[in-house]
Amino acid sequence: MSETPTDHRPGPGNGPARPLLLVRDLVKHFPIRGGLLGRPVGTVRAVDGVSFAVRAGETLGIVGESGCGKSTTARLLMRLLEPDGGGMAFDGAPVGASGGGMALKEYRRQVQMVFQDSYASLNPRLPIEDTIAFAPRVHGVPAREAGERAHALLAAVGLDPAQFARRYPHELSGGQRQRVNIARALALNPRLVLLDEPVSALDKSVEAQVLNLLADLKERFGLTYVFISHDLNVVQWISDRVLVMYLGKVVEEGPVEAIYERPAHPYTRALLASRPAMDPARRRTEPPLTGDPPNPVNPPSGCRFRTRCPFAEPVCAERAPAAADLGGGHAAACHMALPGSGHSRAGRLAA
Amino acid sequence: MSGAAAAREAARPAANGAPLVRVRDLTVRFVSRDATVCAVNGVDLDLAAGEVLCILGESGSGKSVSLRALMRLLPRTARVGGSVEVAGQDVLAMDERRLADFRGGVVSMIFQEPMTALDPVFTIGRQIAETVRRHEGVSRAAAEARALELLELVQIPSARRRLSAYPHELSGGLRQRAMIAVALACRPRLLLADEPTTALDATVQIQILLLLRRLQEELGMGVIFVTHDLGVAGEIADRVAVMYAGRVVEEGPVGALLAAPLHPYARGLLGATVHAGLRGARLTTIPGAPPSLERLPEGCAFAPRCAEAEPACLAAVPAPRRPAPGRMARCVRVGDAAPAAAAGAPRAV
Repeated sequence: MSETPTDHRPGPGNGPARPLLLVRDLVKHFPIRGGLLGRPVGTVRAVDGVSFAVRAGETLGIVGESGCGKSTTARLLMRLLEPDGGGMAFDGAPVGASGGGMALKEYRRQVQMVFQDSYASLNPRLPIEDTIAFAPRVHGVPAREAGERAHALLAAVGLDPAQFARRYPHELSGGQRQRVNIARALALNPRLVLLDEPVSALDKSVEAQVLNLLADLKERFGLTYVFISHDLNVVQWISDRVLVMYLGKVVEEGPVEAIYERPAHPYTRALLASRPAMDPARRRTEPPLTGDPPNPVNPPSGCRFRTRCPFAEPVCAERAPAAADLGGGHAAACHMALPGSGHSRAGRLAA
Repeated sequence: MSGAAAAREAARPAANGAPLVRVRDLTVRFVSRDATVCAVNGVDLDLAAGEVLCILGESGSGKSVSLRALMRLLPRTARVGGSVEVAGQDVLAMDERRLADFRGGVVSMIFQEPMTALDPVFTIGRQIAETVRRHEGVSRAAAEARALELLELVQIPSARRRLSAYPHELSGGLRQRAMIAVALACRPRLLLADEPTTALDATVQIQILLLLRRLQEELGMGVIFVTHDLGVAGEIADRVAVMYAGRVVEEGPVGALLAAPLHPYARGLLGATVHAGLRGARLTTIPGAPPSLERLPEGCAFAPRCAEAEPACLAAVPAPRRPAPGRMARCVRVGDAAPAAAAGAPRAV
């Protein structure tokens, strides 16, 4: 990789590393077709102007509820979907841009993904060592070397190659299959790994094993993670920084301590307060929020959270809030966090 | 005509003083040409009227199969043994007719996926009214009035309009509420819940848990709630039964059990659950994987994964020990008298 610092802004705060991946105003809308002629009748605004940076060596957690666009974001980052707007730069080079940019094949060598469904993401007709060796072979690694790499990776994810290499996916448990998926993702020596709900389908005791493994591999191979999950506890455990999404927008981002100890956006606060207490003596009597997340087909005007927000005022319907800088890389897109926004509580949070 | 009312009446006298549910030595085996899967291997459960019991376990622990056995919702390949009494009635001895009155009238169930539990071609209102008319034989108008009342009970906004909605027109949380309304249509005395909040978002899950808790208190129902999530158990349960490989390995009041579990498996499960305050620390894990239900070990099924296993563990399935009132653990290292000492140092949460 050439170290050409094109279009590289230092991230907010005092991070030591420059962004490995820079995402600007990413947009993905899906048309809904209806009627006999299949004409577009609406648009799902799955991702609607999302910007963030992933710094080398960190784990960025992305949390949110269903329909918030977190999985669409992952697929856009992997370029499994073409964005409708916005762009990405990997290590300073624009991705997929014609002329001077990084070719998709090269980008995908550096960025790999692990999916939630451990079975659907493996070829059922290939022994797992062949699945792991597949991508290196496509990228020109000789067969024998690719096979050796597959064995080394199986060992690295805690599966004895002598015992497991020739097994098929259906002969493995869910936790073992997810280990294979992780090994497959690492086969090209990527620098960034996108993990989309990698432990959500696993039992608790297995989940802990896989989380420990992910932490070990990150250290050993110097990886950078984007970890997408609906489980706030898991995200808190693994992340350095956290992005909270709601209906296709980033509502808050910041260092993990700031998000969990001083959440500024009312949605983040409600999300954190919705976690079961694990202590029957501290049971809740009122739910932090009522209703379900609204349909992303017709998101509310202005701030998208205002329909469920206990502090909503007229200004929230009129204008979408800009991200207010709360210091130390902590930012929240809420009129209450923005002095002079016109909200009666504006500025109190920043103080 | 009102089968359910009759079934409830028949149940009532026996219910005085007696537990609502009494399960003894329940076994469920799935027999096929190739293999016999021992899903449930001797489960004893008691539930008092108006009590909430959480059955906690991982996949394959037999928690859902045990729950279905209470309502005889198992496929024909299942061989069920032991005894199951609900509201004084012997469930395993019922014929199809009595079973049809019993289901929905005395006991009903809610599931993880409401889309498969609700009929996609009928409106919500029609599905509730149909249940009411089948069990209580009331007029159509009365059944529809009751349907509206039920949608209001489960706090569905604009309930009157939602009566004519089809399941696919509702959001996940509303669908789950509609399913609860169908289940409660005939005022069951026992509600069985099979992971009803697992597929829901965090902010919706807590709403449904609080709703179930409130309905349970208002209607005085007994609830058996199956979950794999310790946090959910902490939010809703009075008592918790932890299952492993088809057996209840520990049982006790929710507070005491979550604060200081006795069985090494329950302790491992608690240690492996990621919660706030663990950041940066290595997670405790349980090594290995649960045993195959086709070939269960002779002794304690958890012994191969247990750091504290001793020869006695492999000899026979440990008998239940009761170190304190209301608490039970199937572990040879748990004494019958002094609780904390025999259990080793209970992990602080």
